[in-house]
Amino acid sequence: MMRKPKRELPSLAIHLAGIFLRNPVMVASGTFGYGEEYAELLDLNRLGAIVTKTITLKPRLGNEPPRIVETASGILNSIGLQNVGLNGFVRDKLAFLKKYSVPLIVSIAGETSEEYVQLAKRLGGEEIEGLELNLSCPNIKYKRGLMFAQDPQAIHRVVSRVRKVTRLPLIVKLSPNVTDIASLAKVCEESGANVVSLINTFTAMAVDGESRRPILREIAGGLSGPAIKPIALRMVYEVHKAVKIPIIGMGGIMTASDALEFIIVGARAVAIGTGNFVDPRIPIKVIDGISEYMIKHGIRNIESIVGNLRCRES
Amino acid sequence: MVEIEAKILLNEKVGPERYKMILSAPEIARQAKPGQFVHVRVGEGYNPLLRRPFSVHRVKGQKIEILYKVVGKGTDILSRKKNGEFLDILGPLGSGYRSPSDTSKISDVILVAGGIGVASLLFLAESLSVTSPELSILAIIGAKDKDELLCEGDFKKVGCQVKVATENGTEGYRGLASDLLQKCLPLSGNRGKPLVFACGPLGMLKRMGEISKKHHLPCQVSLEEHLACGVGACLGCVVKVKGSNYTYKRVCRDGPVFDVCELVWK
Repeated sequence: MMRKPKRELPSLAIHLAGIFLRNPVMVASGTFGYGEEYAELLDLNRLGAIVTKTITLKPRLGNEPPRIVETASGILNSIGLQNVGLNGFVRDKLAFLKKYSVPLIVSIAGETSEEYVQLAKRLGGEEIEGLELNLSCPNIKYKRGLMFAQDPQAIHRVVSRVRKVTRLPLIVKLSPNVTDIASLAKVCEESGANVVSLINTFTAMAVDGESRRPILREIAGGLSGPAIKPIALRMVYEVHKAVKIPIIGMGGIMTASDALEFIIVGARAVAIGTGNFVDPRIPIKVIDGISEYMIKHGIRNIESIVGNLRCRES
Repeated sequence: MVEIEAKILLNEKVGPERYKMILSAPEIARQAKPGQFVHVRVGEGYNPLLRRPFSVHRVKGQKIEILYKVVGKGTDILSRKKNGEFLDILGPLGSGYRSPSDTSKISDVILVAGGIGVASLLFLAESLSVTSPELSILAIIGAKDKDELLCEGDFKKVGCQVKVATENGTEGYRGLASDLLQKCLPLSGNRGKPLVFACGPLGMLKRMGEISKKHHLPCQVSLEEHLACGVGACLGCVVKVKGSNYTYKRVCRDGPVFDVCELVWK
């Protein structure tokens, strides 16, 4: 039989818990500032969505430098959630982002579940498409020593309380620094989260052997970049098997093939993080690359290959 | 600010472990101001992963020059690049030297360059010689050894008076460029306070802070820092500055040039 030439352009659009994304490629929180930093270098409207730098109730100074160090195929950071605070964000940063049609997801973090609630209430009144609950920053001090994302009860408390005060889609950002990420994703789902995004960075460190000093001032930081991609893929795969809610997959995505691997193991959307620092055009290259892949493989709709991993029968 | 594939027109050794690279980069050449930098991806691979920042050393027509010292893997790869190859560069980035807007109150400019710090200061000298030819510019160039001295002739060519310091005393004054500056102060004659611009190793810049305070000299310094994004997004390169208590500024966007009096040294 003759194959019809495929002239129809593939559809990269996805629905993510009620948020319409023109393509599945987002930029990850903390790697894209408040959008304005990159606006001269790429057309923000081409992105699937922007996730802002994490906002806290009060402005935060962040950690003492040195805050960043390059490691093999990765970087370690210890920024410590430096941000302008809720009021500063709404007053100075939001107007710029609203000029674009790209869906805007605001990442928030609190020291208590009550702070998440307050942030969600206030941001619920703004023109944004979703909230990402950052429960997994490895670079701040937690009262109980554990990050929220490491404690199922804490996850449940934060997510269920925030769920009650907002109708915005809730995305929960998970930590890889756990024994069983799938069970924690399940807790998110049961507590009312609409989406889980994973992974945040791995706690890690770098040492200068000559001086015998840690390179980061805070000793340990969060590892990101291509070095963590295989572990991120495995975690997205496991979470996809455990939950029904959509997944935003991330961890070292530098190319369209990287992004497609995440989609194939179960991510409905993907996010570029460290890649933005290496080449601000990576998100656009990834979008174009996914489109080319779909044409090559005759895929009309990107959603049709989400979780479509072809494992051998056992 | 643009990201371009720039053709390498020349990559030549100009001293021990020191190289000069000329790149065809019309858009960056048009926009660049002294003290700004370009963020260079030295290879396609993931090791090194991050770009490397280099001050714009010179702008000539549609070309820019960078002057660099091989200090690690990134600069080593860069030093092996051949003429005709292309480099992914992002720039111009950062806030550069602030030239005196009103030169009627200022008659003297002093440039203090330590080691590879001459890179950005030559661009400043060349630029000032065009925009404010009435200024008298003294360039103090320091290096560890006379073999490592750079750009002496280039500064002279644009009319700067040049003084040289070497740490081992093989040429000129024996000591740091900042010590030589101290010896030159106060400037002779009944002139206004000079404006000082400095770029060099951290130790030298700290000394500049002390000298600036002691002599009440306005002084701008250009900081060198490891950068990730280079555009102000990641907040990885911050430096502590004075505020109501203290606060952080981004070396890559708010700097790399700062008034020395605003910096909080460790």
